[in-house]
Parts: sequence; C-alpha cells; structure tokens
Amino acid sequence: MFPSRIWREMPQRYRLEAAVCKKCGKRYYPPRLVCAECGGRQFDTYVLPEEGKLLTFTVIRTPASQFSDLAPYAMGIIKFDDGLQMMGQIADCDIDKLKIGQKMRLEFRKIQTDDTHGVLSYAYKFIPKWY
Amino acid sequence: MRDVAVVGIGIMKWGELWRKSFRDIFTEAALNALDDAGLDKIDSLIVGCMSGGLFVGQEHVGAILADYIGQKNIPAARVESACASGGLAFRQAYIEVASGMSDIVMAGGVEKMTDVSGDGATYALATAADQDYEVFHGVTFPGLYAMMARAYMKKYKTTRKQLSAVPVKAHKNGSMNPFAQYPFPIKLEDVANGVKVADPLHILDCSPITDGAAAAILTTVDIAKKMKKPYVRITGTGMATDTIALPQRESLTWLKSTELAGKRALKMAGRKITDMDMVEVHDCFSIAEIIVTESLGIFKKGEGAKAAARGVTALDGKIPVNPSGGLKSKGHPVGATGIGQVVEIVKQLRGDAENGRQIKGNPKVGMTQNMGGSGASAVVHILEVA
Amino acid sequence: MVGIVGYGAMIPRHRIKVEEIAKVWGADAPSYKKGLMLWQKSVPTPDVDTITLSVEATKNAIKRAQINPKDIGAVYVGSESHPYAVKPSGTTVAEAIGAVPDCHCADFEFACKAGSEAMFVCLGLVKSGYMKYALAVGGDTSQGAPGDALEYSASAGAAAFIMGKTNLIAEALETYSFMTDTPDFWRREHEFYPQHGGRFTGEPAYFRTVTGAAMGIMNKAKMKPKDFKYVIFHQPNGKFPLRVGKMLGFTKKQIEPGWLTPRLGNTYSGSSPLGLTSTLDISKPGDMILMISYGSGAGSDAFVWRVTDRIKEARDLAVHTTTLLDKNQIFVDYGTYAKYRHKILKNK
Repeated sequence: MFPSRIWREMPQRYRLEAAVCKKCGKRYYPPRLVCAECGGRQFDTYVLPEEGKLLTFTVIRTPASQFSDLAPYAMGIIKFDDGLQMMGQIADCDIDKLKIGQKMRLEFRKIQTDDTHGVLSYAYKFIPKWY
Repeated sequence: MRDVAVVGIGIMKWGELWRKSFRDIFTEAALNALDDAGLDKIDSLIVGCMSGGLFVGQEHVGAILADYIGQKNIPAARVESACASGGLAFRQAYIEVASGMSDIVMAGGVEKMTDVSGDGATYALATAADQDYEVFHGVTFPGLYAMMARAYMKKYKTTRKQLSAVPVKAHKNGSMNPFAQYPFPIKLEDVANGVKVADPLHILDCSPITDGAAAAILTTVDIAKKMKKPYVRITGTGMATDTIALPQRESLTWLKSTELAGKRALKMAGRKITDMDMVEVHDCFSIAEIIVTESLGIFKKGEGAKAAARGVTALDGKIPVNPSGGLKSKGHPVGATGIGQVVEIVKQLRGDAENGRQIKGNPKVGMTQNMGGSGASAVVHILEVA
Repeated sequence: MVGIVGYGAMIPRHRIKVEEIAKVWGADAPSYKKGLMLWQKSVPTPDVDTITLSVEATKNAIKRAQINPKDIGAVYVGSESHPYAVKPSGTTVAEAIGAVPDCHCADFEFACKAGSEAMFVCLGLVKSGYMKYALAVGGDTSQGAPGDALEYSASAGAAAFIMGKTNLIAEALETYSFMTDTPDFWRREHEFYPQHGGRFTGEPAYFRTVTGAAMGIMNKAKMKPKDFKYVIFHQPNGKFPLRVGKMLGFTKKQIEPGWLTPRLGNTYSGSSPLGLTSTLDISKPGDMILMISYGSGAGSDAFVWRVTDRIKEARDLAVHTTTLLDKNQIFVDYGTYAKYRHKILKNK
C-alpha cells in the first residue's frame, strides 16, 4: 500500500477521531466533509470511547493472503455508547465463545504489513473485555 | 419517453472456462443475442463489468468488446456498480432507448474471474466493500454477508435448515438450466456439512467464482412490433444506493437500497409486488436471498427464511424465486449476473425456459433484482409480456 | 525533584510453556526450568509488535499520569526489535497518543537496557527544564534462534513511564550508569536472530556490570541493600536476578514483586521496566526502590526511586501488571508459536 494512503487515515485509525456535525449533532466515523442528514459542512472532532458492544460477528476462514497467519480470525461490528458503529477484527478471543452483545475493548494492533518490505499499517482491533 | 422492449437475449454455458478469454465469452453471448433478435447491427453497446482491470488487467472494456462482437465504431461504454454492473447496464441501455438517443442498444454483462488466483479473486471482489474501513481490517465478501446472517438468525431465531433451504432450492432449479455452472441438486445436509467459509456461512451458502457473459437487445416497442419477433416489455426500472460500509447502515437485517429500488420500479410499472409471477434475485449468499425477498416486500420481516423452507419460493410455489438456479447454481460472473437474470425472466415470459423449468400458467410479469457489494447498490427491473 | 508521573504496562496474552519448546528440540524441560528458573514466556501474535505494545503501555501510563499528551515533549522508545530497520517506532507512538507535532522523538537501542536508557534521558530532559513531561518506553518482541537457549526466554512486553516534576508517583533520588565494551550478545545488520557468548554472558558481562552499577549507585546515594524495600534487576532468566541479588546482599523478598521472568520470559528492553511497574503496583508511600537494568554490550542504568503518596490514587487508574501477566492467558503449541513468529518458510 502506498504510504500516503496509510498516513492520511492516521487521525481516525490511530486516535479514533470521529466527527460530529456542528449543525445537527449527527456523528460520523470515519469523519466526512458533508453531513448526510442536514448537509452541514462544519464538524467538531471528538475521540471515540475505547469500549463498545458486539452487534454481530463472523469467523473468517478464507482470508486474503495478508491475513493468512491469523486465520481463522473473528471480525465484527461493535456499537459505541454514542450510537456509532465500527468494523474490526476481534483478537485474542475464543472464536467459539463469542456472543452478540458481548463487551469489547479496543486495542492498538498491527493490521497489515505489506509483505516484508512495505509500510506497516496500524489501527484498533476489538478484544473481549476481561478486566 | 418511449416504451422499451427486449427483442433478443443471449447467454452461454457459465463456469470455469479455461479455454475461453474475456473477449471470447462476451462475443459468444453477444452473438447469441443478435441471432435471437435476428439482427446484425446495433446502435450502441453498454456493458456491465465489475473489474476487468483486476480480473484480466483489461480496462477500456466498451471499445474492445464492441470491436470483437463485430460492431466496430459504435458508441460503447462500460458501466460499473460492483456485482450490480449488469443490472446497471440494462438500466442505462433502457434509458438510452427510452430517451430517443438510440433505437437498438445491446446491454451486456461479462466477467472472466478464473484468470487470477483465488486470492486475486478475493481481492478483486473485496473492492466492492469499503477499502479503508472494512477490507483494510481483513473482511471478505462472505464475511460481510455472514455478519448479516448472524444478526438475522439471532433476531428471527432462524435455523440452519431454513437457511439451507435456499441453496437447495437454487440447485434444484439450476439442475434444469443447461447454462448453469453447477447444474446438479444438493441436499440440506450437504449445506450444513460443507466447509466453513465465514461462520455461519458454509461453502454451499456462497455463490461460486464464474466465467460468464450475457447480453440483451433493447429497442422500442414500436420497432419490436415491426420486427415480428417475440418481445418482452420493460415496464419498470428502479435503482437505489446505501452506505457502502455495513457498520454505517441503519439495519444489518434489511437492505434499504433493495427496498427503494423495488418500490421505484414497481411505481413506474404501476404494479404491486404481489403481481409478480416470479422473481430473479441476487442470491450471492443464502442470507442475501432471504433478506432481499423481505426488503422487496414479498415476505414480511423475519418470514423470508421460513417461507423458503416451506417451499413458497420453489418453482411450483406461490412465488418462484430464482427459477434459473440463481447465482448459487447458475454461477455468479459478477458483471454478467444482472443480465443473466433478465435472460431468465425473458425466457420465462416467452415460455422458453428449458428442461421443465418453465413456470406453469403462462407467467405475465416478472422482476429482476441485482445487487452490488453488501447491498450498497440495487437495481430492479419489471418485465412483462407483450 | 523529578520522577515518574505515570507508568503503564502491556503484555501479550499468549504464552508458550518451556515443555512445548523443549519437546521440539529434544531438550530436558525439568532441567531447563530448574536451571533457568523459567516456566513459560509471553508470545506476541502476528498483529503485535514493539510499536503496538508501546502504544498500549503508554496509554496506561497516561491514564495514571492524568496529563494532556500534548504536554509530552519527548517520546523515546527503547527496543532491540523495532519493527523497522529505518523509520522510528516513536513517531507512531507519539501520533497514536496525540503528542505530535511539538515533540522530540528518537528510538533507542542497547540490547536489554534500551528502555532504561530512555528513562535516564527523559529524567535529564525534565530536570533541565527543557520540557514538562517526557515519555520513555522499553518494549520488545524479541526472538531467540530455534533451539537456542534464548528461545526459551525471549518474550514480549513493554513498560512506559512519563517523567515530570509535579504530581510524582515516584521520585528519582539518584541515577548512575556503568558501561564497558563487552560483546556478550549481539545481532549484526540483516541477521534475523542474535548471537551470544554462552557462559561468557554471565560472570564477565551480566554479573560484573550489574554489581558494578548497584555498588556505584549505592555509594553515590550512601545507601545499603537494607535501605531498600524493593529491588529490580534485569532478568534474562529467573536465576540471574536472584543470584546477583544474593551477591549484593538483597533478600528474595525484596526482589520478588518485580521478579516476573519465570512466568513472563525475558522481555529484553521491557524487562526491568516491567519489574518496576509491578513493584509500583504494590508499593506504599515512602518505599525506596532500587532498579538496575542490564544491556549486553554492555551496560547498566541504575535508579533509586522513592514512592510518594500519589501511588495510592494512581495505581488503580490503569490495569495492574500482574493482571496482564497472570490472568486470561492463552497457551499455544510450538507450531502456532512458530507460525506467529514467522519461523516457518512459506510461499510468497
């Protein structure tokens, strides 16, 4: 992956920066340039909480090659308290024990390595909350 | 706007076509459509192709295909809306004829998917999802539909057997389709015992990787009448979009774009969903057909899986769904799928469906529903007998 | 006075037992366990590296420090397993916590003492008034060659410390460094696994340097072993820190809270820093703590810490180190470990 593509996403991937529309208060992750509800074009930045609830999940058994060392791995969509939803991998879990509604904690992880020579991509994964 | 008709259809045997190239397969389908219409010249070509660039390294698809089907120098364009590219091509061709811009337009669809590794195909298909916020994290297409399936099954207490009824019905229909990739029946237990792809989806919940093409010739009803060939009227077209990313949807168990595209097409045709004698829908995964049939209003929320298990959607059921065998059995050459659906409905309306697949009682009106990505694009058409 | 404003730890959840490794190489597990005092080690999954461990440890440190990350003037990550040969780990850490762009950043490397030297430099920068806060991280996902003695110990973990002048959790009363050129362990450019001098890593390297640093700082501070409530030594295995402690006149009781290696392995740059975090987790105001790191090559950084009242409110603001160490472990077999650590040759 060309580095500019990774670099540009850092605020939302590294710091979980989301946007809230100044006009109507609608929240967005990832941030947008125009509000889909009211057309507002000004946003405040805020940071997502690091906990959410599992809405749905699957276990990927035939992944793209860059994820093959992790297979089988779980992926899911979590919902934060403020209503925003996010997709990500569920790491460090027993794939047979996941449950819809389970509490998840976000943890900073390496997502892709671009073979052995490219720029490393980091972002958050979900971990079943255990402490 | 002018009334538009389909005067020719062309398809070919879909599958892993090792001996045939991208241009070969489209040419075969296009020539079949021209022959079916009794034409040797068209005014314009619109072809749906999801990813010529990633599957065969070929962009600039309109020009190369126009040339190779023997129509050099005509206007030709490729349209793309992921797996709904074929349906979109049909819609754009409809608009071109209805507007008076062209009299005879070919709507085609093509995908050559086996000239890349499985990994390459997974990558190409995943470009229909949100690259930066879904695919980046490692999701695959089966994974996206599996997440919908998990949410749906929990919400409506769906059983594995109910889900399996969809591919079993598809293969039964497809076993009668000479153009299908996998024309053989399967059993309920085959689905449950198949290799897991993305839980809860097993391999037989998923449509295959397919090489294939299809074409339809559109013209005005007035010209169609003069051609003295059987034709079918296009009475409604509807398209809608939704957020491309699944986590941003209002619901994981509903396809808003399909609901809206269906309503728009029905309104245009002046029809109700209950008027449909059969439908061809986008069953890229078993769960997709279930949610689609609900979003189109054929079944109430939460009833789609149960209805499929009761045989309501079978060939001899109250509302046959995917008489062709669907994407599951017929195959899913992504760009061609939407046109393949049109081919089936036209055959059914003309009474031409092969091998005992013909729906009894002279069906008069049918619907196609073609979908892109995890449902961010949906294209619906209503076709009716002359 | 300068010292620690916030501290945090991160340890991967996966573990491999000594028996699993010994089984593959035909080694005698009981004698390894007894000889090295090592039972299991942490294993990083493919999505964990020094950067991810550093970010998580730092987030825990910020929770305890309760400061605005924008006030952090320096980010130093010490490691011998920086994910890049060229490109800093610290920039990713600084970006992830929001310390950019008004920030100095460098990656440190000095075998297993890269973390403590980052701590040393941070204390100096804060003391000089150059900046309000400075962040030091020691972390590694170190590798031992298959079948080598190091494979039983090389593990993963990180500890982060935010140094400052106010609201201290622990004051740095004294620092001292002891350093010579002693090539007991090394890894040449482009080599995947490190080399070491076998028994040469013991007496002339680890023991000489650690005792030199310990005696040096105690002289400087005019303190004796009995003046300390706790002591943390670098822990390449379970045995060395106990032996060097005994040589210097410390009891096992003083060593135990920071003696993590038997159930963690050697986290290299994270080793003595993680020992300090687990010790702080249980310490009381007024406790004196001696910390001596060791990095092959070879040198030791020594610190005398005095715990303040703030420890009582700060320690529970983030997860305790022993929780990360002892709870919710996932044990893997050698095959999974080999896959996770990229020891299996695959097709590209």
